[in-house]
Amino acid sequence: MSNDLDFEGWVCPLPLRDTPTIVMGHGGGGAMSGELIEQLFLPAYGGAARAELGDSAVLSVPAGRLAFSTDSFVVKPMFFPGGSIGDLAVNGTVNDLAMAGATPLFLSTAFILAEGTALSDIGRVATALGKAAEVAGVQLVTGDTKVVDSGSGDGVFVNTAGIGVVADGVEIGPARARVGDAVIVSGDIGVHGIAVMSCREGLEFGTTVVSDTAPLHGLVAEMLATGIDVRVLRDPTRGGVAATLNEIARASGVGIELVERDLPVPAEVKDACGLLGLDPLQVANEGKLLAVVPADRAEELLAAMHRHPLGSGARRIGRCVAEHPRMVVARTGLGGTRVVDLPIGEQLPRIC
Amino acid sequence: MKYLDEFSDPDLARRLVDEIHAETTQPWAMMEVCGGQTHSIIRHGIDQLLPDGVEMIHGPGCPVCVTPLEIIDKALAIAEQPGVIFCSFGDMLRVPGSGRDLFAIKGAGGDVRVVYSPLDALRLARENPDREVVFFGIGFETTAPANAMTVYQARRQGIANFSLLVSHVLVPPAIAAIMESPTCRVQAFLAAGHVCSVMGTSQYPPLAERYGVPIVVTGFEPLDILEGIRRTVIQLEAGRHELENAYARVVPPEGNLPAQEMLRDVFEVTDRTWRGIGMIPASGWRLSDRYADFDAETRFAVGDIHTDESKLCRSGEVLQGLIKPHECAAFGKECTPRNPLGATMVSSEGACAAYYTYRRLEHVELSQPSGTGLVESR
Repeated sequence: MSNDLDFEGWVCPLPLRDTPTIVMGHGGGGAMSGELIEQLFLPAYGGAARAELGDSAVLSVPAGRLAFSTDSFVVKPMFFPGGSIGDLAVNGTVNDLAMAGATPLFLSTAFILAEGTALSDIGRVATALGKAAEVAGVQLVTGDTKVVDSGSGDGVFVNTAGIGVVADGVEIGPARARVGDAVIVSGDIGVHGIAVMSCREGLEFGTTVVSDTAPLHGLVAEMLATGIDVRVLRDPTRGGVAATLNEIARASGVGIELVERDLPVPAEVKDACGLLGLDPLQVANEGKLLAVVPADRAEELLAAMHRHPLGSGARRIGRCVAEHPRMVVARTGLGGTRVVDLPIGEQLPRIC
Repeated sequence: MKYLDEFSDPDLARRLVDEIHAETTQPWAMMEVCGGQTHSIIRHGIDQLLPDGVEMIHGPGCPVCVTPLEIIDKALAIAEQPGVIFCSFGDMLRVPGSGRDLFAIKGAGGDVRVVYSPLDALRLARENPDREVVFFGIGFETTAPANAMTVYQARRQGIANFSLLVSHVLVPPAIAAIMESPTCRVQAFLAAGHVCSVMGTSQYPPLAERYGVPIVVTGFEPLDILEGIRRTVIQLEAGRHELENAYARVVPPEGNLPAQEMLRDVFEVTDRTWRGIGMIPASGWRLSDRYADFDAETRFAVGDIHTDESKLCRSGEVLQGLIKPHECAAFGKECTPRNPLGATMVSSEGACAAYYTYRRLEHVELSQPSGTGLVESR
C-alpha cells in the first residue's frame, strides 16, 4: 500500500537530508538518533504513534488477562506486491495476539538498520507500519533503533512486540483439538509466499499475486461473538498450512485428515507452485487463519466468518480423526492418501 | 491451472483405472524413468489404485539423485574458494557431499546463490567482473539445452569470468544399463516426456526392440501417468514391445531441433558416473573442446577429487529398481530428509523422499516417544 508514495526529498531537516542513507551515527544514541526518530519514524507513524520518548511506555490496561507476543521480520525483498516489511511487522504480531483470542492494544517497534540503507526506503517502511497500525487500531508506544555495519545486516530488520487483552471465557490453544472437530481455513492459501517469491531475483510470473497481509483480530472477534467454542486458532505463516496443522496435531494428539480438493488454492498460486515444485500447503500466508471447532457448529461459524471481508472465502478443509494420531494426511483428488509433512527448512525450487 | 486440472480429473482417472484393471490378467513390473513421475505417482496415490501385481519400479530419473558424490564434493571445493559466486538450482543445496552440503558452505561465508535459470548466473558474472561465477550444470536432456545456451552466450558476449561445473546425464544409456543388469526385473518403461520433448523419440524404438520391452512416452500429471500405464499394460498383455507416444501434446517425434543443435555445438558425449549406479558408458555430456575454457573443473583444479559413499545407504539399488525405498534398513531411521544418507532421500523428486514424505504412514513405525513429535528424532 505504501509502494506508491514518493519519498524523494521527503526527509527535509538538515542532518537527515545530508545523509540520504543510514550511517553508524544514527544508532549511536546521540543527536542523529534523536533526529531519525523525531524526523522520520514519528511523522511516518502518524496517528498510530503514542511515544513520550521515555525509557518505558506506561500503559493503562483493562482488568483481565493479557496476551503478550513478539515477532521479528527479516523478509526479503522489503517491498513486495501488496505490502512491505512494515505491514508485516504490524499484522504479524497483531495476528499472533488475535490467535489467542486477544484484542491487540499496544505494539513496540524495534528496527535494526544496515549502514547504507536509504532513508527513503526506511521512510516507506515506517509509513506502511504506521498505516497498518492505524488500520489494526493498535498504538505504537515504544521503540528502538540500532545500526549495524554495512554487510552485517540486510537492509531493514524489524521486531515488534504486542500486548492485548483476552476476554473472560475465551480459551484457545493448540492442544484443545478433539477427534471429530472440523478444520476450517479463512480463505485462499499460499498467496503471501508466492507474492514474495514472485519478486525475488530471476522469478517473474505472468500474473501478479498480491500478498494477503491483513490484521485478523476483527474476524476473530466475529467468530468469538457467535459463542461457539473455538478450540484452536492459528495463522499459518512460515511453513504454511502444513506446518501449522502438524503443530496442532502434535500438541493435541489427534490425527488431521484434509480433503485435497476442498483446499482453496488460487490458480496463480497453483501455477507458480507447479513451476517451482512447491506444495501450496507449505507456502506462507499472512492474512489467513486456521480454526478447529466442534463439527456440529462448523456451518454456523462459517456463516459468521463469511460476513467478515477477511473471512468471505472461509471453508471447511478437513477434520480431526483418531487414526494416525499426531499426523496430517490428505485424501488426494484421485482417492489415494498421502502424508502432509512439515517442510524441513527453506522451500527449495526444484531443478526440473 | 485449468490446463493442469483437466489432467487430474477424478472421473476420467477412475475410468482409466477401471480399464487398467480390465486389461490386466497377470503381474507386471514397469519402471517410470523420471523422478517427477515417481513424485506424482506417490503424491497422488496412483500406485494404490493399480491392480495387485502391477508394480511401479522407480527409475533413476532424478537429476539431483544421480549426480555423483565426487561432483558434489567438487562443487563444495569450488564454492568455498574466495572470490567465487557459486550458483545452483535450489534443490542441489541440501544434497550431502562427503559430510557437508552447499548450505554449510553458505553458512560458513561462501557466496552460494539459488538461481532459477543459468542465464541469471551469466548476468551475475556480467555484473561482477572481479568475481568468478560458476553455475552447477546438472540434469538430464531437459536442463542441458539452457545450460548449453548459457555457455554459448558467455562466449558470444566475451564473459570470461563464467564457468560451468557440468554433470549432465542421458536417459537412453541408463535404460540400456538397467536392462543389461543380471538382476533386472523391469518389463516395460514409462519414458520421461520432458526428455523426449527435447530429444524426440527416435532413440527408443531400437531399445524396445533390443530388450523386448514396451516403452511409452508419458507425461507427469495423474491422467498422463494412468494413460501411460494403460497403454503399457495393453502392450504387455498382447506380447508387443513398441514405442508409443502417450504425451503427443508436448512431444513431437523429432523433438526440439534448435535445442539439439545447441547441444551438439556446446557438448559432446562422454562416459558418466551415476550416483548409486556407477559408470555408464556414453551416458553423459561434457563441454566440447571448443568450450573447454568454460569448464569449472579445470579452471579450479578440482579434477582429482574422489570420494566414497555411505556404507549404510542403498540408494543405488533404489535407483536401479532393485529395492523399494522402505526396504532399506536405514529408511526412516538413520536416513530421513532431515538427515539424508543418500541423494534419493534429499531431493524432492527422489524415490526415498517421496516415500518418506507421502507414505510414512505405511512404511515407518509410528510409535514414538511423546513430546518429540518427529519420527526422525527417534
